[in-house]
Amino acid sequence: MSADRISSGVPPMAVSGVSKVYRVRGRDRKIVTAVDDVSFSIAPGAAVGLVGASGSGKSTLAKMITGSERPTAGSIMFGDVAVSRLRAGGLRQLHRQVQMVFQDPYAALNPLHTVEYTVMRPCQNFLGMSAARAKRRVDELLETVGLTPASQFAVKLPHQLSGGQRQRVLIARALASDPGLIVADEPVSMLDVSLRAGILELLAELRSQRGISLLYITHDLLSARVITDELLVLHRGQIVERGPTKQVLQQPQNSYTVQLLDAVANPFAASTAGASSADSPSRDRGRS
Amino acid sequence: MALLQCRGVNVVYRPSRGERIWAVRDVGLDLNQGEFVGIVGESGCGKSTLGYALTRMLRPPARLESGVITFDGLDIASLSGERLRRQRRNGFALVLQSGMNALNPVRTVAHQFGDVLKAHAQQGDDVSADGIGQRGTQLLAAVRLEPDVMRRFPHELSGGMRQRVAIALALALQPRLIVFDEPTTALDVIVQQAVMQTIKDLQRDLGFTAVLISHDLGVVLEATDRVIVMYAGRIVEDQPSAGLVHGPHHPYTEALLDCYADPRAEVVQLSGIPGAPPDLSLPQNGCSFAPRCPLAEPICLAQDPQLSSLGSGQAACHVRARTAHVELEADSVG
Repeated sequence: MSADRISSGVPPMAVSGVSKVYRVRGRDRKIVTAVDDVSFSIAPGAAVGLVGASGSGKSTLAKMITGSERPTAGSIMFGDVAVSRLRAGGLRQLHRQVQMVFQDPYAALNPLHTVEYTVMRPCQNFLGMSAARAKRRVDELLETVGLTPASQFAVKLPHQLSGGQRQRVLIARALASDPGLIVADEPVSMLDVSLRAGILELLAELRSQRGISLLYITHDLLSARVITDELLVLHRGQIVERGPTKQVLQQPQNSYTVQLLDAVANPFAASTAGASSADSPSRDRGRS
Repeated sequence: MALLQCRGVNVVYRPSRGERIWAVRDVGLDLNQGEFVGIVGESGCGKSTLGYALTRMLRPPARLESGVITFDGLDIASLSGERLRRQRRNGFALVLQSGMNALNPVRTVAHQFGDVLKAHAQQGDDVSADGIGQRGTQLLAAVRLEPDVMRRFPHELSGGMRQRVAIALALALQPRLIVFDEPTTALDVIVQQAVMQTIKDLQRDLGFTAVLISHDLGVVLEATDRVIVMYAGRIVEDQPSAGLVHGPHHPYTEALLDCYADPRAEVVQLSGIPGAPPDLSLPQNGCSFAPRCPLAEPICLAQDPQLSSLGSGQAACHVRARTAHVELEADSVG
């Protein structure tokens, strides 16, 4: 499948030696290094997880990859396009191929626009579709993300939808321009746990059926385990550990990764309080 | 006797226009002195509304439609004005989800301690600046904050620190019951763990009764002695935490547990719960969970299940109550 993607022209994303330094204005003139010399790449069709606590630089990195922030040092290449140097016109081109899904499905949708309008706009803007064609595409996209029957959802306003449905609208909007890479910043952390599996399944399906690559940003190690193959652990702007997701989580080498793992509230681990966290039981143990 | 008892509590939101929402339905509940109880459920299940009702914090359009809530033998549902305020002074406190929303952004932390301590001062309390400074510093130390936090404004503190200040303020009057409404939801995992640890330590050391309202069953199970599971405004299960993990009675509790897994396990499979909770503006016939329930039978759609004793706890499920009954009979025959 990844071969298809290369032939269909979705390039890899390569981040090399990227840093971002913010100068805080005011009396103390602090310098904050949000991202510090980070390098990694996202192969076509791959799903890479970026995990870390608040302030670890995850979101800053996402903003640089999508071109909304410029790195202080280093380069970000999407194929042979230098994302870090793009200006308005180039960014428009980039955003056809690189789309974001945000954390807060309540804040990321314009409350005055219908679902149809929200999902239609990128079809018109990026693909140059006529309104009639764009509307047909909206129906297809809504079906793809599981909002069926599409005609019923198309006319709704955000406040008429549940959190999970809004997140599906955001995913449909991200898919509208037929992107090669989706950057998902905590897409399930504001949803009820009962909806988490459904959204993750949808993202996994999009990846396997459309060959879309995924950069999945989260502090939720469980969802990262489910959806990514490769994991990068970010701490204070630096990658402190990386490797295949399962391996990193099962045999963490860095103390910060261990700390993150221990902080996950895990009902099944809690039930064996006293047992060391290293041999925390699989969820099947003790349940009939 | 239980510290807090409620019977037949119904809370209804009556907006000026639109449908009434029956957010809490016929809830009965006993909280014992020194217990740490969790209330869990999906968004909109009524868990926060119940927490507000227990601490008499409901504001219009929410209204306590019917029911009795007694705190330490006194009916607090009917109190108002000065008598309610006095009861608050002796009794209960609420910690909200976002410390930023709970704190006054244009006042220092010291000022906010002053507000609470002065408002509820009794004869002999020292509410001079020095007195407040001393008491505030003590309270900050209890939540593991440095004394210099007293001089800070909320925006100068991190999310975790703000939440600690909110907890310190709740402790100021030495309440016997503290309701924590999603105290760590806005925090990241590592800070969440540290704040939860502080809450657990305080509860153990000071011995107050604690109610932890959270959508995160994992957090609740780690902290509490007993878990109450709510669905569509009702209590569907009430069990000691240790029992709940391995032997959930209600199919909803079971489904919620299936949404979690250990990220380190060899094979990780996550389930969700298909469907959505019912519209609480409509009258409910039968079990509210029945449309999403894998075990549902005709009786579930027709008849309201009542909480009944099952193992070490209670659950409101026709199917599980019957199977337990059958097992019991089989035991007595054998």
